[in-house]
Amino acid sequence: MDMTDYNSMEMMICAAARLLEDGKIAAMGTGAPCAAAMLAQKTHAPNLTLFFEAGGIAPLLPSMPISVGDSRTFHKAVMASSMSEMMSTASRGLIDYAFLGGAQIDRYGNLNSTVIGDHARPKVRFPGSGGANDFASYCWRTIIITVHDRGRFVETVDFITSPGYLDGPGAREATGLPPGSGPYKIVTDLAVMGFNKKTKEMQIESLHPGVGVQAVRENTQFELPAATDLEETPAPSPEELRILREEVDPRRMIIGR
Amino acid sequence: MNVIGAGVGPLFQSPDPDGNRALFASKNRALADKRMMAFEAVANFVPDGCFLAAGGFGTNRIPTEILHEILRARRRNLTFLGHTSTHDFEILCAGDCLSRVDAAYIVGLEARGLSPVARRVMQSGKVEVCEWSNHALSVRLRAAADGLPFGLARSMLGTDTFHRSAAKVIECPFSGQKLAALPACSPDVAAIHVHEADAFGNARIRGITTADIELARAAKRVIVTAERIIETDRFRDRPEATSIPFYLVDAVVHSPCGSYPGNMPYEYSSDEDHLAAWLKAERDPEVFEAFLERHIYGVSSFREYLELCGGEARLRELRAEESLSDTGAERHGGFWGDPEGRRGWT
Repeated sequence: MDMTDYNSMEMMICAAARLLEDGKIAAMGTGAPCAAAMLAQKTHAPNLTLFFEAGGIAPLLPSMPISVGDSRTFHKAVMASSMSEMMSTASRGLIDYAFLGGAQIDRYGNLNSTVIGDHARPKVRFPGSGGANDFASYCWRTIIITVHDRGRFVETVDFITSPGYLDGPGAREATGLPPGSGPYKIVTDLAVMGFNKKTKEMQIESLHPGVGVQAVRENTQFELPAATDLEETPAPSPEELRILREEVDPRRMIIGR
Repeated sequence: MNVIGAGVGPLFQSPDPDGNRALFASKNRALADKRMMAFEAVANFVPDGCFLAAGGFGTNRIPTEILHEILRARRRNLTFLGHTSTHDFEILCAGDCLSRVDAAYIVGLEARGLSPVARRVMQSGKVEVCEWSNHALSVRLRAAADGLPFGLARSMLGTDTFHRSAAKVIECPFSGQKLAALPACSPDVAAIHVHEADAFGNARIRGITTADIELARAAKRVIVTAERIIETDRFRDRPEATSIPFYLVDAVVHSPCGSYPGNMPYEYSSDEDHLAAWLKAERDPEVFEAFLERHIYGVSSFREYLELCGGEARLRELRAEESLSDTGAERHGGFWGDPEGRRGWT
């Protein structure tokens, strides 16, 4: 197995895993977010606690779940609880990180996972909020993992399913959302984005190896500034790749072949 | 209390708890034997046009047998509570059973992708939809379970999810904070699949309970389907393990492997091959019609469906996958999970 060559999914998962601090609580989805959390646990964050929306608390994941409510999500868990236990815990301010995705995202990190087109008779119907709106409202730091293209990084989302910074500074607080919460980072196959502290607008913080600012902008509909201290994302290390390929996703369901 | 905003979504039922109190006043609280077959439970408690909720979490601990009977009974114009509904929603869309949905999560099957048939139905515009979040629906059920007209949450605010819901924004009378007021939700009938039940309806859920503790208390009628029917003494031996007490329950259905092709914690794994077969067949409406005829309309019972899907051999594999051993069946006293050796079907 070549440990210097890697694919864009592996880069995304490694970049996301590094964002998760040890000793914190992260609410999980299936797929890449779960792979990132498992990788973090097996590297720098052995005491990262995982919460699964349907009720699983701190499982010892035997393998990758396919549903956020399947048996793996509470395998050897400290507690098998309920959805309302998860959500009320988040509402009280105990969940640090949430991972979300979506069909569209705008400069303020607002996410659409509900419809493209008219709500009553949509061109495309997606699942809707599920727990995403709740996690985006309650968790201290929302991390978004998504493929980077112009269809997703749009000027205006068709539907705000889950709140980012809404229409700018102060908007979350004004609408009644808990202060201090909100989107934290966006990890894509091209770069890691954060938000300007003053304007709450998305900005490029680090570019993955071999990716230029221009490539990121070409794949984004809205104006996307670069942070003043723009960095290069460190490539996945051989150790990260070994753990990801051998322990986290040996069947390559997420990282592909 | 000031109302300072409102969603424009449809409210499918009144949240007034006094109607439920009147209904519950007349509900039989006696320790009666409520065992019946799945088709009888549907005939008795799931009429056309009713508001239905399914327990579990999409492909985990779902009442599949009841959903299939709803299709065979050709039920129409149902309102559905889509609280992370995945395969359950897919089945009801396949049967063209729905006219309204309170949606937090519909159309998708999580990491498996989107259901073509559910998308066709939802994109046709013929099903009226009101948006919610998963927490909002839990709060709505909790409010109904508490006998109150509404509950509160701090999510949904500021989004189109709120705008397309029937929630309101109110000002907290104590702190002045803005809160989402969420109308209580009392489905006409909830079908909940559990590990064990007795003849009266006492029921145990193992593992995560998702929103079923709230749902069993919020719904006007409850159908419990159970992997195993056990003696009441076993509930009395361990009363702290009871999830649903008998007086909430209207029907008890013995439904071994009743969550198939979904996962049943500690019992059997999901059948990913069969779930994938659904998604594949759905791509072509003609192929899917034949698929439904073969698997649902053309069989007379859920047991026949299980046989078509590989029967005991396949289910034994799924039990082994779940328990990482092949001893699960024997531990439960016989493959079909009935310690007395009775069969729950005819």
